[in-house]
This record gives sequence, C-alpha cells and structure tokens, in this order.
Amino acid sequence: MGAGHGHVLYRESTSPVHRLPPEVKIVAMVVFTIAVVATPREAFWAFGAYALLVAGVAALARVGPRWLLSRALIELPFVLFAVALPFLGAGERVEVLGLRLSEDGLHGAWNILAKGSLGVLASLLLAATTTTRDLIVGLDRLRCPQVLTQIATFMLRYLDVLVGEARRMRVARISRGDDPRFLWQLRGFAAGIGALFLRAFERGERVYLAMLSRGYTGRMPAVWQGDGAATAGQWLVAATVPVVAASIAATAVVLT
Amino acid sequence: METLAMHISNGIIDGPVAAVFAALALAALTGCVLRGRRDLDDRLAPMAGLVAAFIFAVQMLNFPIFTAGVSGHLLGGALAAMLVGPWVGALCVAVVLVVQALIFGDGGVAMLGLNITNMALLGTAAAYLLIAVLLRVLPRTRAGLAVTAFVAALVSVVVASQGFVVEYWLGGTTDLGGNLAGLAGTMAGVHLLIGIGEGLITATTVLTVAKVRPDLVYALRALPTPASPAVPVSGGVR
Repeated sequence: MGAGHGHVLYRESTSPVHRLPPEVKIVAMVVFTIAVVATPREAFWAFGAYALLVAGVAALARVGPRWLLSRALIELPFVLFAVALPFLGAGERVEVLGLRLSEDGLHGAWNILAKGSLGVLASLLLAATTTTRDLIVGLDRLRCPQVLTQIATFMLRYLDVLVGEARRMRVARISRGDDPRFLWQLRGFAAGIGALFLRAFERGERVYLAMLSRGYTGRMPAVWQGDGAATAGQWLVAATVPVVAASIAATAVVLT
Repeated sequence: METLAMHISNGIIDGPVAAVFAALALAALTGCVLRGRRDLDDRLAPMAGLVAAFIFAVQMLNFPIFTAGVSGHLLGGALAAMLVGPWVGALCVAVVLVVQALIFGDGGVAMLGLNITNMALLGTAAAYLLIAVLLRVLPRTRAGLAVTAFVAALVSVVVASQGFVVEYWLGGTTDLGGNLAGLAGTMAGVHLLIGIGEGLITATTVLTVAKVRPDLVYALRALPTPASPAVPVSGGVR
C-alpha cells in the first residue's frame, strides 16, 4: 500500500492493543458485539457495564474519548429511526413530558441506541488499532476463503488508486474551464464516472500483473511465512474482553 | 428509514432471526466461493477488486431525501453482476459489507447476515436474472445494453429494500402494529428514487466499459452467441 499502511481511522501507536495480532482482535470484537446484541433490552445495568468495558479498552489503546465519540456520529441516521419509534410503535402508551408515547417503541428506541452505539464503538476501536493490511492478514489466518481475502486486498488497494485518479481527473476538468455545480451539468460527471472506472482498471491491471511477475500467488507473504500469528498467551489476554461481555450477557438473561 | 435497509445496525432485528439469516448467508456465500473460484482468472481478479473498491466508494455517497429526513446510498449489486458475474459479484458486495462492518461500524456486525442477504445476495441475484433475460430479449445494441443495466439496477435496489421489510416482519424488535405496510411502501418509494440514480450510474459505467473493453463485461461474455456482429472476434482488421 505504498507509503501509508493505515487508513483514515487508524491511529498510529504502540499500545498493548495495537500490538495484539489482528485475528485475535477481530474475534474478540465479533464475540463482544454478539454478546451485546443477545442482552435483553430491559437490563439497563448491563449496557452500562459494556460501556465501561469499551472505555477500558479505549484507555488501554490510548484512543481518546473525544476522537471516539466524534467518529461515532456515523450512526446518526439510525438514531433518527430510533426517535421515530416511540411515536410509531403499537401497544401500551405512557405519558412522557406530556406526550403519549408507545412503551414498546420507547424500549425499541433504547434498544437500537444502546446496541448500535456499542457496536459502532467496538468496530471503531478495531479500526483505530488495526491497519487494513493487518485486517486482511487476520481474516486469512481465521481461514477466510482465499477468494474473499483476495477481493478484499484488491479493494483496499484500488481504493487509493480510485481516489487519486478521481482527483487528477477533477483537476484536469477544472483546468479546462469546466465548473460542474448544477444539476444540468451532471452529464459531464456521469461520463467521468465511466472514464474513471476504465482508467482505474487499467492502472490496477498493471499493478496486478506487476505483482504476479514478482511472485504473488494470492496470499500476503506475512501469512504463508507464518510470522506473528497469535500465540496461546495472546489469545488468552484478548479473551478477557469477550469473556467478561459474555458473562454480563448471561447474567442479564438470567436476571430478567 | 432508508439507511436501515442498506445497513441494518445492531438491535433492530432480534437475535434468532439474525442468526438464521447469518446461516443462510454463510451457506449461500460458500456456494458463491466455490463457483466464483472457477471464474476468477487473471483478468477477473483485478476487476473484482476494482468493482469492490468502486462499490465501496459509491456507497459512501449518501443522497439526502427530503421526506422524513432520511438518506440513502447506492448498492452496486447490478454493476457487480454485470461486470464480474453473479458469483464473484455477490462476493464483491459481501466483502464491502464485511469490511464496512468491521472497521467503519457501518451496519452491525451481528446483523451482517441480514445485510449480506439483502444487498449481496438478493440484490445481485435479482440483477443477474434480469440481465440474463433482458440481454436475450432486447436488441444487441448500445441502447439495449443501457436499458438492461438501468432496469437491473433499479429493480435490484427495490428488491433489496423489500428484503429488509420481510426481515423486520419476521424479527423486528419493535411491534409497529399495522404500520408494516406503511414501512413497505415507504421503503419501496424511497428506493425507487435511489434506484433511478443507481440505474443511471450503472448504465453509464457499463456502457463506457463495453465500448472500450467489451472483453471485460462478464454478462456479454456469458452470452451463447457473440455480443454483436459488428465486433470482429479477432479484432484489429477493419
């Protein structure tokens, strides 16, 4: 990936979380999210405990709360749906601040808000501590089919090609006097998309053939060399988060 | 409500239904991997990556839609089916969804099965069926190809959105009472608008690629007879 191995969300650091092998972090994050989703929505305390867990990992990864919360705004559209639920929902109505709201809808809104936010925070933490290259190596070590990791590798690689090519084409268009700002100028934009696709493909094809001629067989060297795969100790360390989350979920299920 | 259909976030559909759809998606993707492995040659491998990157970039463009403050984005299933075929196409969209869920928090990880079923499987399958039929029925011209791409993209978006309605009916965490038909109507209406945008982009892209490099369009390769008598099979001699 040339100069930068990171992506927009990656935070360069050498914290203990950054140093964990990627496959361990992926599994921990997925299990944590499933535990959160499996928790009954009436168990309000459980979601507080999950939030503390996330905060703990964030502190360990040296990811600041301000960065985390501003990036979490991505889920805003879901929140809009959640706000509508108390008005749309059926069943019993309760009086809140003079409004007659559906009780089931209120619970539903809380459910989406809490579980959605925790899921977003968990994946942001994974993104902040794992480069895209490591992510693919991790997926490969988790026995993800090679077709999929291959597509993912090229996708992440070509994303930069696409963005760079689009920037050059935009500069070329503007320097020739085009100023696409209005809807009726969309034709130029539409034609540009097709051209962008072709140009990016031909560059990408050259890159791929260059990779093939340098011995690329469809897997990252880091995987078949077997370096840096997770040790049993690292699995144990990383297992603490999902195990705590799962026991919280189990307690919540038993109590409600 | 629109963004939901595209990327269902955690907690919108209940656990058991999500698990059933995860199993379904896993089984279908396994089939796609087996079939796709056969398709993926030296020409298709970089193409699949580019299609995935293109879909990834395009899904980031959100259209604001004026009613009810919702926004939607393109899906790319029809583009993938057209350029790399149904099997690899579904894998491309699935890869985009997995990466988005893992590192961008876009769509919940626990809801990945539902999202893959709607966008990668339903969307691509609907698009490819239409492409297969329309390419045989319509005249083998640029206009025919454009209409095929447009219709396939439009229908695939609406089908994917109705997938969400079915899932919500099966396992929505909040009982909307009689509003389910309303949800279906809203989803279909909103996605019709998105589908038009998606159709235009798909048609333009496919036309450009078919004009310059017809060998790269999988749907044209799969036809039993040569795509058009005007294109010489050997090329070069005019």
